[in-house]
Amino acid sequence: MPVNAIGAYPAQSRDRLENFNGRQLLYLGWSRHLLFCAPMTFALPPEMTFGEFLESVVKPAIAPHPDAAFVDFAKAEWQLDDQPFAPDLAASLSANGIGHKSLLFLSTPGLDGIHGSHN
Amino acid sequence: MSTKKLNQKEKYRCMTRDLDWEPSYQTKEGIYPFERFEGIRITDWDKWEDPFRLTMDAYWKYQAEKEKKLYAIFDAFAQNDSQTKISDARYVNALKIFLCAVTPVEYQAYQGFARVGRHFGGVGARLACQIQAIDELRHVQTQIHAMSHYNKHFNGLHDFAHMHDRVWFLSVPKSFFDDARSAGPFEFLTAISFSFEYVLTNLLFVPFMSGAAHNGDMATVTFGFSSQSDEARHMTLGLEVVKFLLEQHEDNVPIIQRWIDKWFWRGYRLLTVVGTMMDYMLPNKVMSWAEAWEMYFEQAGGALFKDLERYGIRPPKYVEQTTVGKQHISHQAWSIFYQHSQATNFHTWIPSDTELDWMSAKYPDSFDRIYRPRYQYWRDQQVKGERFYNQNLPMLCQVCQLSLSFTEPDDDTRLSHRSLIHQGERFHFCSDGCHDIFRHEPEKYLQARLPVHEILKGNCGGSNVEEVVRDYYHITSSEESFEYLGSPEHRRWQQWKNDEPKPDGDLPKVI
Repeated sequence: MPVNAIGAYPAQSRDRLENFNGRQLLYLGWSRHLLFCAPMTFALPPEMTFGEFLESVVKPAIAPHPDAAFVDFAKAEWQLDDQPFAPDLAASLSANGIGHKSLLFLSTPGLDGIHGSHN
Repeated sequence: MSTKKLNQKEKYRCMTRDLDWEPSYQTKEGIYPFERFEGIRITDWDKWEDPFRLTMDAYWKYQAEKEKKLYAIFDAFAQNDSQTKISDARYVNALKIFLCAVTPVEYQAYQGFARVGRHFGGVGARLACQIQAIDELRHVQTQIHAMSHYNKHFNGLHDFAHMHDRVWFLSVPKSFFDDARSAGPFEFLTAISFSFEYVLTNLLFVPFMSGAAHNGDMATVTFGFSSQSDEARHMTLGLEVVKFLLEQHEDNVPIIQRWIDKWFWRGYRLLTVVGTMMDYMLPNKVMSWAEAWEMYFEQAGGALFKDLERYGIRPPKYVEQTTVGKQHISHQAWSIFYQHSQATNFHTWIPSDTELDWMSAKYPDSFDRIYRPRYQYWRDQQVKGERFYNQNLPMLCQVCQLSLSFTEPDDDTRLSHRSLIHQGERFHFCSDGCHDIFRHEPEKYLQARLPVHEILKGNCGGSNVEEVVRDYYHITSSEESFEYLGSPEHRRWQQWKNDEPKPDGDLPKVI
């Protein structure tokens, strides 16, 4: 529905891609690990490879969690925007189909947070 | 024989209703241009009943008396160094949130009512809104004055108006009121007078003000009492507005229902912060957030919506999710603040053993299973000298602007997330309620100013969070932020209480 307004109501998204200086937003969540209060937000160059993203963004971001040391990324399962996703480590984020404001969820079967409490 | 003095009813007629006149050289539509675009149909403004029949002269008299009493108590509070007699310095952190989150929205309420008080064709409604506008302005002033004494002795209270506009979590209350004020006049009244004041405001004013009393804060209690009679009037106005609109025309019913659905959900999300203040920041507890929700919403609201059934109004959409949520939201929000405390103007801490036991008892379905293990881990880390902070920026809901920290109504181990694509861009929400609000008016919410995104665009100065907090938020983190234990404020409190500061603070012992 259009906004019910007193006149014409032109509106532009405040967070459109061009406002991020060549970067794009990517959100990262970790299933069954509620210790981090919410998925995290990153502004990343779309040409960054997934492998680089894993090493320079994901690993440091989750490092404070005691489960982080036990994550086997070769067996990790991913969801991209609610769909199962198999990343190509050598390809860029965009070539992997990761767009502006995509949400990536990491699942690590066997790791269920602190004492299995999903934290 | 005519009486010399007007009685109350005649006074109201002469000094309120008679102030109106029939325009002769302008049309009513020209004078009240915003009365129709929302689709609300008013057939007869004369049917508007002002339940208080308050006239301006009586209003000034009552308010002046209340002010006199209030300021006498503020003076006594200051003269007796009453800041040293509160239950515990942790309590003041609730006041820091109150002053930065609630007081500025009282100002927004003043602006909103002053505006809509200009735009209604009915004189009764206009005057009620104008009086409420003045009330709201009075609440702003008295809250500032009540807290100004604390500002002399505690951190985080020094720049509340600036912080309200800029600090990340304060965009939650700010965007709530921006949304209401940028709506049409009838939506504003349904949002603020009915959904917020009538349905939800008791949750802020009754348990929180009792909390102030239980924690020795007589300044805030007295402010609360002083505003209570105003609030009672606002609540009555809220109910009157909605009943009036529903009685005016049947076409109004679906519009009002949608506004109730929207503003109930927005209010519920906003009150998450109040839930956290109640459960975590009142050292002496009054009742849990879940109990307050049961008493003031489920029971009182249940009766209200039963009463509104005859107008064709049903309880707000997704109300059943709040019954699940009441077991979780205060803990989820405390976890947000605890781990992002490097960027707040108040301190956070892990509750003491006694407090944890209280929460286990009050939240038997959720606390021991999910939240207690979390706090136990954080406390262990703290004992090791590795207090947990989350250095990553959280993902925010496009509508309520809280971080996506709530769990699914049917699975409390999974984060709740909804999204949609609008004109090629993806938008994310914390819940069905916020998703539906966006879907109905996407153009409004795609302009949302999400604090995390603004930082990442470089719009908040600074190349890192530390600089943003210092230069853009005006928060002096060494004084105001981070953990409570061992903070300058904690040490000062110990000195007031003649306790030697202990090197590791008085960390509750590890179980």
